[in-house]
Amino acid sequence: MTVTPRALLGALLPLVLGLLLAAVPLLSLDVPWLFNGPLDSPGTLQVLAACLVLGGVAMSYDLLFGYTGLLSFGHALPFALGVYVSAIALTRWEWGMWAALGLTLAVGLVVPLGLGAVGLRVGGIAFAMVTLAFAQAGAVLVQKNPRALTGGDEGLGLSFERLPDFFVGVLNTKNLYWLALAYAAFVFVVVRWAVGSSPGHVWQAIRENEQRVEVLGLHPYRFKLMVFVLSSFLATAGGVVYLLVFGGATPAVISPNFTLALLVMVVIGGTGTRFGALLGGVLYTYLDQRLPSLAGSSEVQGLPGILRTPLSEPLFLLGTLFILLVLFVPGGLTGLAARGPGRGLRRLEGSLRPGGTSGGVTAQPEEVG
Amino acid sequence: MSTLVLLTITGLGLGAMYFLIASGLSLIYGLMGVLNFAHGAFLTVGAYATWWLQGVLDGIESTAVSFVLAAALGLLVGAAVAALVELVLIRPLYQRHIEQVLVTVGLALAITALVQGIWGADARVYAVPDWTIDTTEVLGAAIPNDRFVEIATAAVVLIGLQLFLRRTRYGLIVRAGVENRAMVTALGIDVRRAFTLVFAIGGLAAALAGVLSGIYFGSIDPERGTSLLIFAFIVVVIGGLGSIGGSAVAAVVVGLLQQYANYYASSGLGDLSVVLLLAVVLLLRPAGLSGSTATA
Repeated sequence: MTVTPRALLGALLPLVLGLLLAAVPLLSLDVPWLFNGPLDSPGTLQVLAACLVLGGVAMSYDLLFGYTGLLSFGHALPFALGVYVSAIALTRWEWGMWAALGLTLAVGLVVPLGLGAVGLRVGGIAFAMVTLAFAQAGAVLVQKNPRALTGGDEGLGLSFERLPDFFVGVLNTKNLYWLALAYAAFVFVVVRWAVGSSPGHVWQAIRENEQRVEVLGLHPYRFKLMVFVLSSFLATAGGVVYLLVFGGATPAVISPNFTLALLVMVVIGGTGTRFGALLGGVLYTYLDQRLPSLAGSSEVQGLPGILRTPLSEPLFLLGTLFILLVLFVPGGLTGLAARGPGRGLRRLEGSLRPGGTSGGVTAQPEEVG
Repeated sequence: MSTLVLLTITGLGLGAMYFLIASGLSLIYGLMGVLNFAHGAFLTVGAYATWWLQGVLDGIESTAVSFVLAAALGLLVGAAVAALVELVLIRPLYQRHIEQVLVTVGLALAITALVQGIWGADARVYAVPDWTIDTTEVLGAAIPNDRFVEIATAAVVLIGLQLFLRRTRYGLIVRAGVENRAMVTALGIDVRRAFTLVFAIGGLAAALAGVLSGIYFGSIDPERGTSLLIFAFIVVVIGGLGSIGGSAVAAVVVGLLQQYANYYASSGLGDLSVVLLLAVVLLLRPAGLSGSTATA
């Protein structure tokens, strides 16, 4: 067996990257412009932890959207399940950490199984809208605050008594950072493994041409349900980590905007690529956290109103950046490095219309190579 | 009895707004295959343009005149924004459905944020003529007059759209395009002009829904578009993508169900039962009430 330099690099790069990231809390480097404090300050570590968690969640979404071609607008739901179920178990019912974790992960398996079984009966745009509706039902439920469990608009603080000491307190932010890093690494490994497995090949075949998979005698429905449950489960786990990092649950995690943000992350980074979703998630979260402080800076405040107003709205900047990327860099940021046609979004064409052949013109374009 | 009448007419008023949004969404999807996430943003822009114009027009004639004038201009703004979006952002991505959806997602985020940046996150209140807030007695129930305005407007739009689609040449092209775009193009008709037209009509109807929502809910806010859009999506799927008639029926069903369940069961349950209805419809008839073929 020969090991090509490229394959060696592919195996070593994530490892080196992970080790470098693991060392961050030990460095007291000052990074001007990028961060307010030195790297090992709790504030900086929390921003970085948020980036890593959402990078992991974005990778789980990429499994669904980038690798299988299923456009879901409800990926906020499994994530919010992780946040809210564990918050309720810990704070309202005062369960121990492991019991709460067990319950959350069980819920994170059962609920997507049920919802996926119904939602996957339709494909394309209808699937997108169904998942959107399910997520909306979750948002209504959180808002409605049944038995005062979710806290409604106020959100739900996390009671720290039930948590082990090493996750509590500002000084232990570095432990939360490592937890977030471990989560991102875990998702990375699982996604790589799943995509390389034989069901993974079927998922990618479904993305390319679902009818053909059916003709080959496989049931696309089962494989789609499998990837739906797996990616939802990973997102639920991400929700638990998010809860620990931020110390509370807010309804923002179940808002339609959060699902759209996940979509933006994956597309910015590049769909269906090794590092794309992670990169996109980290970049988006970083900008989302940092742009408000940029908007408050004296440089921006000094500008005339017509420039200041748009610059003060992070979502306006991110939305515009996103549109420009879709128009001009369809392969995402990682696609900038790669060459050749049929990469990134172009590869997803044809996966949107249910029975895309019925319209005549919308039949899947020929994919060569 | 009077409660039932009140709930029914209020539900119809809500359904009227859903229909105004869903009709545009459905036509755009049927003709172009674009799932337009920016539709809620058109709604918000139209509603805010009306609010702003009313402030500018303040002092001419009565409240009613300034409101109608501002609303008319606001609708034009909504239509213009929609047409511009089609020309500048959707057209270059012709036939690339995923990217078109993504662009409208970006627009939805950006426009909502921009509106919030300019006019703030707080709710804004229209100055409406007093009679819209007064009530009329119908079968023993006191109904706020604005409900009738919403229902009548939606009915006029429904009839107008049907006439446009069935009786005019452009309507014919749109219907034929929904049915088989390749054939229309092969006959030498530039179907792209119909795209811009459909976007403009959709933007107009969405802005109309935005203005009416300002009367219905008593105020407008930057998130209004997004929250109504989700129910409009449900209406479109239940009614069958591309069908105006199906959207109208589904809008009424969804509006009524929401009102009844919110009152007779418990508040918030209406929204959940709508989602449940969607799940049931998809299980029984995955193509929606009217099937996937285009009917005008």
